[in-house]
Amino acid sequence: MRLWAKLEDRNPTGSVKDRAALAMIRQAEAEGRIKPGMTLLEPTSGNTGISLAMVAKQHGYKLICVMPENTSIERTQLLTMWGAEIITSPAAGGSNEAVRVAKGLAAQNPDWVMLYQYGNEANAQAHFDTTGPELLDDLPTITHFVAGLGTTGTLMGVGRFFREKKPDVQIIAAEPRYGELVYGLRNLEEGFIPELYDASVLTSRFSVGPMDALRRTRELLEVEGIFAGISTGAILHAALGVAAKVEQAGQVADIAFIVCDGGWKYLSTGAYEGTLDEAEAAIEGQLWA
Amino acid sequence: MATEVRVPTILREFTGGEKAVTAEGPTLQAIIANLDANYPGIGGRLLDSSGLRRFVNVYLNDEDVRFLDGLDTAVTERDAITILPAVAGG
Repeated sequence: MRLWAKLEDRNPTGSVKDRAALAMIRQAEAEGRIKPGMTLLEPTSGNTGISLAMVAKQHGYKLICVMPENTSIERTQLLTMWGAEIITSPAAGGSNEAVRVAKGLAAQNPDWVMLYQYGNEANAQAHFDTTGPELLDDLPTITHFVAGLGTTGTLMGVGRFFREKKPDVQIIAAEPRYGELVYGLRNLEEGFIPELYDASVLTSRFSVGPMDALRRTRELLEVEGIFAGISTGAILHAALGVAAKVEQAGQVADIAFIVCDGGWKYLSTGAYEGTLDEAEAAIEGQLWA
Repeated sequence: MATEVRVPTILREFTGGEKAVTAEGPTLQAIIANLDANYPGIGGRLLDSSGLRRFVNVYLNDEDVRFLDGLDTAVTERDAITILPAVAGG
């Protein structure tokens, strides 16, 4: 049984989202939808916004991010550093609210372009073209791939790549289970499923709560010396659950999982200090993934 | 045999504000039927004619039942069921 960490925190802005951001901007440029000087708009809980801000700066665009107010201060600082403007959306409802606010702004400002990571095929395509092939090149014996389910871009792109090239690879999603505030919808019809999501690509899907995510984040730090963000702890938790099942069945496996980002952006949340109970209380109500 | 069912804020109007309740049944389908018998109306918020509603996610011990056997997923009293609305990540 072997677990392999794919260190996506080593990308230029420190997260896996650099791949999607660059691909979405390149695609829009190739289609002639955007040209330098234009304004881009994006709903984001942070990482995609930071990645887009970096690429936008390099390519000469202005970026406006709609971000829930219950995200860490470091995300605001990084977005500001890369020159993005931030519009905050209410904490209750989490990213759902950011999407709703951004869609409203896009309708009011027809000259702004929303690349829309949740429905932009270039997001998944980036992983089909790069993340998937890298995994197969480096780990031809791969049996399982585990990643976070946010926009679903990583899982859809890598999943489709393996469906074509090595169809027996299991594709496993780990989604963060936040505190209640984030699920504060007024009714169930306000729920949200990214347009990119195709359940048939996945083998299984796990919901991971903050305590398990924090525990695994700290284990990764203490055992392997990998300083990862909290969502990576959730992914590792799902990977270890799969590993336990495989081991019980007496099989061997090469399980690759994504380290989405480093822990730097979450230091202020209190996730890395005190007891696990204290850390859990500290991140309650925050969008930690 | 009773299984713990964790209820999201949005459905607690049916459970008198309770965050977690218990329900009996050997499958998820039976659990939901039992829930609806004890908390009338909740079943209709979880199911429509085609099965689980689109924006309702149900997890058996953290695993999405859509990737198990859906409403036919076997449930024991040692399991915990969590109901959550689908929300955006990213």
